[in-house]
Amino acid sequence: MRVPLDWLREYVDVPADATAESVAADLVRVGLEEEAYHRAGVTGPLVVGRVLTLEKEPQKNGKVISWCTVDVGDANGTGEPQGIVCGAHNFEVGDLVPVILPGGTVTTPQGPMEVTARKTYGHVSAGMICSERELGLGDDHEGIMVLTERFADEPDVLARLEPGADAIPLLGLDRETVEVNVTPDRGYCFSIRGIAREYSHSTGAAFTDPVLALSAAAPASNDSGYGVRLEDEAPLKGRPGCTRYVARIVRGIDVSAQTPSWMRMRLTEAGMRPISLPVDVTNYVMLGLGQPLHAFDAGRLQDDIVVRRARPGETITTLDSVVRSLSTEDLLITDGGHTPIAIAGVMGGEDTEVSDSTTDVLLESATFDAVSIARTARRHKLLSEASKRFERGVDPELAPAAAELAIQLLVQYGGGTVDPGVTDVGTPRPVVTIDLDPAYPAQFVGVHYPGDVVRRILTEIGCTVEEVEAPRGTRLTVTPPSWRPDLRTPPDLVEEIARIDGYDKIPSIVPTPPSGSGLTRSQRGRRIAAEILAGQGLSEVWSAPFVGDARHQAFGWDVDEARARTVRLLNPLSDEQPLMRISLLSTMVDALLRNVARGTKDVGLFEIGLVTALTGPQRVAPTEEVGVLPSADTLAAIHAAIPEQPRHLGILLAGDRDRAGWWGSGRPAELGDILELVRALAEGLGPAVSLESAADVMPFHPGRCAAVHLEDGRLLGHAGELHPKVVAAMGLPARTLGAELDLDMLIEAGSKTVRARPVITSPVAYSDVALVVDEAVTAAAVEAALRAGAGETLEDVHLFDLYRGDQIDEGKKSLGYHLTFRAPGRTLTTEEVSALRDAAVAAAAQEVGAVQR
Amino acid sequence: MSGPNTNFDPVQVAALEPEAIEANVAAALEAVAAAGSLEELKVARTAHQGDKSPLALANREIGALPPSAKAEAGKRVGAARARVAAAFAARQAELEAERDERILVEEAVDVTLPTGRRPLGRRHPIELMATRITDIFVGMGWEIAEGPEIEAEWFNFDALNFDADHPARQMQDTFYVANPADESGEGSGLVLRTHTSPVQARALLERGVPLYVACPGRVFRTDDLDATHMPAFHQVEGLAIDEGLTMAHLKGTLDRLASEIFGEGITTRLRPAFFPFTEPSAEMDLRCFVCRGEDAECRTCKGMGWIEWGGCGMVNHNVLRATGVDPDVYSGFAFGMGIDRALMFRTGVSDMRDMIEGDVRFNAQFGMEI
Repeated sequence: MRVPLDWLREYVDVPADATAESVAADLVRVGLEEEAYHRAGVTGPLVVGRVLTLEKEPQKNGKVISWCTVDVGDANGTGEPQGIVCGAHNFEVGDLVPVILPGGTVTTPQGPMEVTARKTYGHVSAGMICSERELGLGDDHEGIMVLTERFADEPDVLARLEPGADAIPLLGLDRETVEVNVTPDRGYCFSIRGIAREYSHSTGAAFTDPVLALSAAAPASNDSGYGVRLEDEAPLKGRPGCTRYVARIVRGIDVSAQTPSWMRMRLTEAGMRPISLPVDVTNYVMLGLGQPLHAFDAGRLQDDIVVRRARPGETITTLDSVVRSLSTEDLLITDGGHTPIAIAGVMGGEDTEVSDSTTDVLLESATFDAVSIARTARRHKLLSEASKRFERGVDPELAPAAAELAIQLLVQYGGGTVDPGVTDVGTPRPVVTIDLDPAYPAQFVGVHYPGDVVRRILTEIGCTVEEVEAPRGTRLTVTPPSWRPDLRTPPDLVEEIARIDGYDKIPSIVPTPPSGSGLTRSQRGRRIAAEILAGQGLSEVWSAPFVGDARHQAFGWDVDEARARTVRLLNPLSDEQPLMRISLLSTMVDALLRNVARGTKDVGLFEIGLVTALTGPQRVAPTEEVGVLPSADTLAAIHAAIPEQPRHLGILLAGDRDRAGWWGSGRPAELGDILELVRALAEGLGPAVSLESAADVMPFHPGRCAAVHLEDGRLLGHAGELHPKVVAAMGLPARTLGAELDLDMLIEAGSKTVRARPVITSPVAYSDVALVVDEAVTAAAVEAALRAGAGETLEDVHLFDLYRGDQIDEGKKSLGYHLTFRAPGRTLTTEEVSALRDAAVAAAAQEVGAVQR
Repeated sequence: MSGPNTNFDPVQVAALEPEAIEANVAAALEAVAAAGSLEELKVARTAHQGDKSPLALANREIGALPPSAKAEAGKRVGAARARVAAAFAARQAELEAERDERILVEEAVDVTLPTGRRPLGRRHPIELMATRITDIFVGMGWEIAEGPEIEAEWFNFDALNFDADHPARQMQDTFYVANPADESGEGSGLVLRTHTSPVQARALLERGVPLYVACPGRVFRTDDLDATHMPAFHQVEGLAIDEGLTMAHLKGTLDRLASEIFGEGITTRLRPAFFPFTEPSAEMDLRCFVCRGEDAECRTCKGMGWIEWGGCGMVNHNVLRATGVDPDVYSGFAFGMGIDRALMFRTGVSDMRDMIEGDVRFNAQFGMEI
């Protein structure tokens, strides 16, 4: 809401020395936060000048310039005429124009520009004759502003125009406007009236409610008013769409009459464009008092006004010339019940719009229901100044006063006569009263508010407060003012008391909760996982979880199957990425590509984040009214509709794992590196995992991918080299490696409490064996056989050599193992060690066909 | 060597004469002294201590002497050899020490040579900030709760007193999940959570009261990515429900958090505001931790002395009712603040894109202290 200070002063005593900043500081205290300050971008000297001579001089570049001398009185210090080159031609000798002298600043599309005396087109141009845009007063840049035209209708101003006079106050360029953010509960602050009231609450300045005088002046409704029937047969949430409708008519108005410049200036400052007198007046009253109004061309109305819901299939052409199909929830203003003439509270119809030929105007000042207007405005995407106010609740007592002000202004500036008939129909919503324990505010805020302070503040904001004797002491029956539909419960009143008394009076006390149990297992586990990976040289990233079919295709997934596992967004930022990710790798790759593109070739990344894992069809999540605990069934249905979102851990490695340097060449990341990271995670978090080859799991290389399983057989995820097709489709570095694990599962499976084994201190014994096996036999199988054969005294099995070549048959490989034995409490003899080794080898021969080399 | 040598005068063996032995000892000691290295000493040892050395040969002559002369000659030769051996041993030790000393000098390397075969990785600074904030809450005795990112509308809005028709609900820039069963796609009942506040309702339903929980997490709004907006960002929510909690406890908790995160003496200020799930509601400002309100030219707070930090208030009775808590018995407060924003304040990150793009150079600036 933009608040021109001069308008604010009309309703509340703002000190003469107040600035936009000081007013904003006063408003922020009561909850109106400043958004911006608006003031002219022009600084003086800007004076009135009279054009004395004007010579048109054609230039070589085809332009014609005007070489002028201008009388600026004594403003230039010499009293001599000022020579100025001007490019515009819409003025003549004798015209009064705004002239900015060297040293002044004007507004340009590029920002402020200081005006200097400069040589141009063969003359010294000492200043500038200004256009509207250069003064920040409008968009007109074609011609300069001729003051005699601008103030043609204002003889008193014209009389004061003389060369050398300061044009800054004359043009309102010394005016200031504060823009504040109005929270959705304070509809009444979408008016100067409401802001003035809040300013008064903040500063104690005297506030004069303009509505009091207008209400007194407004004639009572009578039988000769225009016929209006409220026939809402389908109220939303039991709330009738229109609770009050005031209609008044002015006849014989001159719609072409100029809106007075003071009103145009206020409208412009408040952020609205002046259009025509009837429109400007309705906007002015809305901004001033908060009541949206609509002006119909009364000559185009045939019959009574009927307010009703739209019928199926009904349409209306709104005044923006758009044909709109209506919903049966839309509230309409109709002519006689048959012809829609406006979407109530949102936008008028084209047919009954006030036009150049209008002579009679019917003014509508009505109270429409917030829910109805909110839904209609959203449905038709017509968020207007009117709908914004109705959605937040308009003071139901305002309608006659607002109509009265509008009528007064229309007649004053457009002539015409007011019809004696006054329509005022409807049943305003019943007034709410709140039962308040006067001690409650103190209990809730932690500040002592004596009973008289509670009553004073509530009265100050417009409430009626009655003391009621109750069995447990005095209680207050509080009736909020008509403009505060947001006040419904005791805490609402507490907020008023706390904010008017001042939030700065609230003391600071740290509460003492019962002792908590710290982080959850999952939270601790995630920290460990992240720290392991960071310690291994990987950098943590997080990526927005949005993907599309194209990415799934690039990852080698069936597009439909991938879609079935996730949800789609109704309003994605990009139509290319409407889906929630099902894999971290699918969004992490962007970070990898970005690093590579920016010159970081050796990259290790990890991400911990949620993915969507929808199982079965997507269900609709039910809802419940606010303030109501859903039934157990509803709650269960809500939970059941929320897709599973397991927390995954993703890893990507590209380039060198060990970097090149003065010490030698680098070592490219290879399968073993990603597997080692997976094993490190499992070791760090506790659970035993097993790795086995996984042949067709996209996006991985069919021969270089491991499925990672828990001991109980559950699949944790996969790790391996990315498939060359994926690498090519995504433009990734060759041999990029990746892993994606279900981190929730990994952490959950971690050992709960370790059972410690004693450390055996007796001497160690070693024995080496070389075993030849078929290529197809896995290292894991050989190791398992050795362990099984040697039994408990085998402390460690270490593969120190892997050989293929001339020394052994084709299709075979040789594995060299270093076996470590240790027995508790004694030294193993050479014979024992030999026997253990032989047993291990025998088991390997039996299980995997190993032959000792 | 075994047969008697009749032509030999056994009493007159020249090599065993004291003068001869003394000369050999002197020669040996001279050679020891002259040896400048372990190698030279080894050569000298062969010459003066070896099997063919004069003293060794002299020793062998002792057998030729008559028994009466053997003892004396033996003693003489033994003493001589002992002196030579001692000299060699001493020199050996001396030279070894010199060598060891020299090797240490020779082995010195340039410690300023770059390392970096495998540089350390980093956690993301937003995660570090979240961890830091989480630990502060845990230190105050609070627990940490979490919730899903794809959330039911009921949890995200209705449970929090955001009526479907209230303008506040429209102001959230919500990502809606499409409903595959409806042609318009509307009515799925699911959204991407717009704030961490739905975790309030979850925690109240799951854990009951009294309750002191903080909920860090990722939230979503339909903002295109630019220097000051991200479609996904991070918040931490605080919720305390107990008997007798007041706004003063809210203020106390915020002040404590502010000073823990931003430094001793940094406090907060409350300004009236509106949120559907709190009543009374407030915006919280943070005392500028750069200028502490003392520099009108301060770039961090633009001379205002305060920085906007988040929203807070006393939990709306409708939220308590929606989660089965009796507002006549319990009261409490809630607050929410941006983690990304806290990071930006604290470390001067000026472009939000740096926080989401995953450039390793961004993370590399941060260690444990952020």
